[in-house]
Amino acid sequence: MITAERKPMEELTECMKPFGRILLVGCNECVTVCAAGGRKEVGLLSSALQMHFMKENKPFEVKELTLERQCDPEYVEELAPHINQVDAVLSMACGCGVQEIARRYKEKPVFPAVNTKFMGASESQGVWAERCAGCGDCVLGITGGVCPIARCSKQLFNGPCGGSTNGKCEIDSSVDCAWQLIWDRLKALGKVDLYEENIAAKDWRTGRGGGPRKIIREDLAS
Amino acid sequence: MQNFEPVIVAFCCHYCAYTAADMAGSKRLGYPPNVKIIRVPCSGKVDAIHMMKALEKGADGVYVAGCLDGDCHFKTGNIRAARHVEAVKKLLDEIGIEKERVEMFSMSAGMGEKFAEVASEFTERIRKLGPNPVKTSAFAQVRQAVG
Repeated sequence: MITAERKPMEELTECMKPFGRILLVGCNECVTVCAAGGRKEVGLLSSALQMHFMKENKPFEVKELTLERQCDPEYVEELAPHINQVDAVLSMACGCGVQEIARRYKEKPVFPAVNTKFMGASESQGVWAERCAGCGDCVLGITGGVCPIARCSKQLFNGPCGGSTNGKCEIDSSVDCAWQLIWDRLKALGKVDLYEENIAAKDWRTGRGGGPRKIIREDLAS
Repeated sequence: MQNFEPVIVAFCCHYCAYTAADMAGSKRLGYPPNVKIIRVPCSGKVDAIHMMKALEKGADGVYVAGCLDGDCHFKTGNIRAARHVEAVKKLLDEIGIEKERVEMFSMSAGMGEKFAEVASEFTERIRKLGPNPVKTSAFAQVRQAVG
């Protein structure tokens, strides 16, 4: 999922200060799962913002709405009946959702309420960790299902650097060395020969190196 | 301020604090009528949103009363409740409202005295803090009048 964290209240109250009536929009997808911008977080932020402005004696109204997905135009369309009743939109979705609202409602100021972080997985209740860097050319099949790009601090191919100690990364002893994880997994699979294979220098054009990316499925596109 | 009577919402676990309140009643122990009890199946069920909405709607203080450490009927509900209370304290701090307005307490079902003591002490704490700044603003009063 795409993970996110709510911005500090100080930043949010500052950017909402010029407005008297806002639409606070959550998203039922990734940000709900990582407890950053689902229906519950919308309620909590709405409460916090209203309490802050009531304390400041400033009229401030929040309309709460949580869409099924903010990154799809079909769902963003559901904001249409409400958009003219508000001065601004505060979105609790990832950056994709914020931009989709901005694209559809050009006249309305839109602000992000969360900082979008990374593509990650849940390690345990309340803990999310980065797992995929979206490089566009997946190597997980030869690295035992552990990504050296997302999980190695130096994004190294072909083995660890000299900073790998007791299975931990030199940047922080709480960070696993991705190449140790790869080695352990290949050993468990009986595939250590894969470790000996040289991976060629990566072509980063499939990732962000090639500029903004797009997928066009001819069979689906209209 | 002199006539200020705080409104306090107490989320009480069915298995401990709520029964402790009953016990306080049976023992004829008095506690302030300011405390409005809401019975919950487990203190862990009380989410940040419940505490925040109570404060937003005009409560001057909110507390959650759960089981003693290791005694939760659902094993870890009381630990989760304490974390939820901490999260609300942090959020209140961020928006400039006294974090002392929310608190977590632990007690067993037999602790009628403790229930009455907590209710009295917390009421006094909130009395000293004064009214919730959210409901004293002129705008909030207009909002409440309009409904």
